[in-house]
Amino acid sequence: MIQYIIRRFLYAFPLLMGVNILTFVLFFIVNSPDDMARMQLGQKHVTEQAVTNWKQQRGYDLPLLWNAKADGEEKLTQTIFYQKSVGLFLFRFGVSDSGRNIAADIAQRMWPSLAVALPSLIVGLLVNISFALMMVLFRQTYLERSGMVLCVILMSVSSLFYIIGGQFFIGKLLKLVPISGYDSGLSAVKFLILPVLIGVCSGIGSGVRWYRTLFLEEVEKDYVRTARAKGLSENQTLFRHVLQNAMIPILTGVVVVLPLLFMGSLIMESFFSIPGLGSYTIDAINSQDFAIVRAMVFLGSVLYVIGLLLTDISYTLVDPRVRLS
Amino acid sequence: MVILWTDALIFLLLGLMLVLGLYLHQKEYMKRPLQQIGRSKVAMVSLVVLFFFMLVGLLDSVHFKSAKSNDIVSLLDVWATPLREQGEKTYSAPFAVYLYSKEMMTQADGTQQWGYPRLQFGGAHLTDPEAQQTSDITEKALYGFAQGAGLVIFFLFLLWSVLLEQHKPFMNSSSAKAAWAMVFLIVSVNYALIYLSGYYHVFGTDKVGEDVFYQAIKSIRTGLVIGTLTTLIMLPMAIIFGILAGFFRGWVDDVIQYVYTTLNSIPSVLLIAASILMVQVYMANHEEAYTSVIVRADMRLLFLCLILGVTSWTGLCRLLRAETLKLREMEYVQAAQALGVRRRVILLRHILPNVMHIVLISVVLDFSSLVLAEAVLSYINIGVDPTTYSWGNMINGARLEMAREPIVWWSLSAAFVFMFALVLAANLFADTVRDAFDPRRGGYE
Repeated sequence: MIQYIIRRFLYAFPLLMGVNILTFVLFFIVNSPDDMARMQLGQKHVTEQAVTNWKQQRGYDLPLLWNAKADGEEKLTQTIFYQKSVGLFLFRFGVSDSGRNIAADIAQRMWPSLAVALPSLIVGLLVNISFALMMVLFRQTYLERSGMVLCVILMSVSSLFYIIGGQFFIGKLLKLVPISGYDSGLSAVKFLILPVLIGVCSGIGSGVRWYRTLFLEEVEKDYVRTARAKGLSENQTLFRHVLQNAMIPILTGVVVVLPLLFMGSLIMESFFSIPGLGSYTIDAINSQDFAIVRAMVFLGSVLYVIGLLLTDISYTLVDPRVRLS
Repeated sequence: MVILWTDALIFLLLGLMLVLGLYLHQKEYMKRPLQQIGRSKVAMVSLVVLFFFMLVGLLDSVHFKSAKSNDIVSLLDVWATPLREQGEKTYSAPFAVYLYSKEMMTQADGTQQWGYPRLQFGGAHLTDPEAQQTSDITEKALYGFAQGAGLVIFFLFLLWSVLLEQHKPFMNSSSAKAAWAMVFLIVSVNYALIYLSGYYHVFGTDKVGEDVFYQAIKSIRTGLVIGTLTTLIMLPMAIIFGILAGFFRGWVDDVIQYVYTTLNSIPSVLLIAASILMVQVYMANHEEAYTSVIVRADMRLLFLCLILGVTSWTGLCRLLRAETLKLREMEYVQAAQALGVRRRVILLRHILPNVMHIVLISVVLDFSSLVLAEAVLSYINIGVDPTTYSWGNMINGARLEMAREPIVWWSLSAAFVFMFALVLAANLFADTVRDAFDPRRGGYE
């Protein structure tokens, strides 16, 4: 088992390498640091001096890959690639273009993101699975058909409208919860209710459909027929046999997104002004802070790769048919 | 005549679709799925809706230089010239005759008064708005509806008489009747709306006084371009890489798997954001190449499609790889191999046609999610250019106005209605297509 995990872990390394090189190409070769400096300082009236200063302050005044002027190993280390990209592997995110410490920001903003994303995921999962089970229980009746129609309708509404509508009706008209904002500690709960509710609602359409197909595939299998033939009631087969076996794809599907929960949701957080990583990213995009975007790209892929790793491990844990090889 | 990049690609796509349609529609194996789609009322109705959206999108894709103002305009713009030019000062509600905000007005006798001024165009023909407005709107709506209805009935009978002889069983089926009813409804309602918008702003006006109905209609093209061109860009990559990985296995498979896992592991929103930032920097540094606003916006739209294509081909590629892995062990492929058929021929003749249903299904399914994604991306400012008409930009511009009193709801509602109609139609159609083409669901409808 440990050997397997180590092997999977080593497999993750080239992936992150690829991500790193890709972002490096995007951020430094397609557009030179000069371009970035001009973009930040304003397009028209920029002196050469200002550009040089800007680059020097942020350490962009080094050669890209090979520093011929330095000596010894510094030929490699005194380059943008080494300073800005390789450092990410050690989680040295460095300083943002506006001068803040990115690692400290991330560590602080991770928790509000998690506070929104985790309840949304859990509640969403429970709601989706119970609706899907209900539809499978009532399959080929009018109840199921109207449920499916409702799902398609819910799916066709843009998530932006769920947020705007929710904020307007629940926050503004009914005044049940504050429209947006965040607080530290337990008092954050009242700010979290609305985002979680809306997050769950906007996912119902596609979620229920997805779980329904999973269950329907399972329902038609032989062992379910055997269970029915043994005389088990429909409820018993559904909850005892179908649900248990369908848990395997559900579980692995959830595990893969677990690490990404730290990243938060971009639109949710900016609509509800929750100081998480999602709104951090959006702010960075809007203020064109390349250092933060680069750090977030890397962090996101690290978390995704961890998710893949966890999925593989969870497969071997829950499904005895999968052998480690 | 000015051909923008996206225009050219749209017409290329249309051409490809027509060629493919002509090639496939006589094939025996296409008959059953096509008939199944034809029998489904929901599918036919949503197809009609999609068709009208496409028509508007195509009209909006024929660009030329306007003789008067030297702007680049489309056929749709010419047709909607009154809507485009009859702007107000700022917000006004649907069918309103007064402006949304108060301002200082000079009366006829020279005194100053603080109040709501009359709109310049909305309901300008009314002498006594309070008394006449409702009856005028009803009258004009009925008149427009009747005109549209008359028109559509005339043409429907004409079509009916021509088509009935050839396609009797289809024309008499209930799904055809549902489709015709939808055509009737869409044409007459739209005719009424267009007729009314000659006198009123049917969806109100936005912050700078532009007609919201016009904005919503112009946004159709953006939505369609994102939904379709992205597919055009991602399909070649997904098909070629997916099939090669599945067929050759070994190191080819390893490399391709590595590439798509790497791309997948970058959160797609961030990849899009990074690329769009790069495009912005690039365009800012090459300003001379993008003189016209429309050309620049068009370039950005194309880039967005490209990037969306790059981030979204991986899913289809994985599906195709798995299917090809399965197919290459099938007897007929092994027989072809044993007979010494060249690999290129096996790929083209035996593998490709047998994975096409997956391609078709995923194309139709992706369309609606791409349209929805556009709105979200525009909201975070990494979508289409802010000057482009798009539903995302409409929502973005209007959402802050929900806090006003009285609230400005019309921009949001118009974007919602149009987007919902397109996405719902696409979703419903996609479901039927999937049911019809997926061999695992062949048994039941």
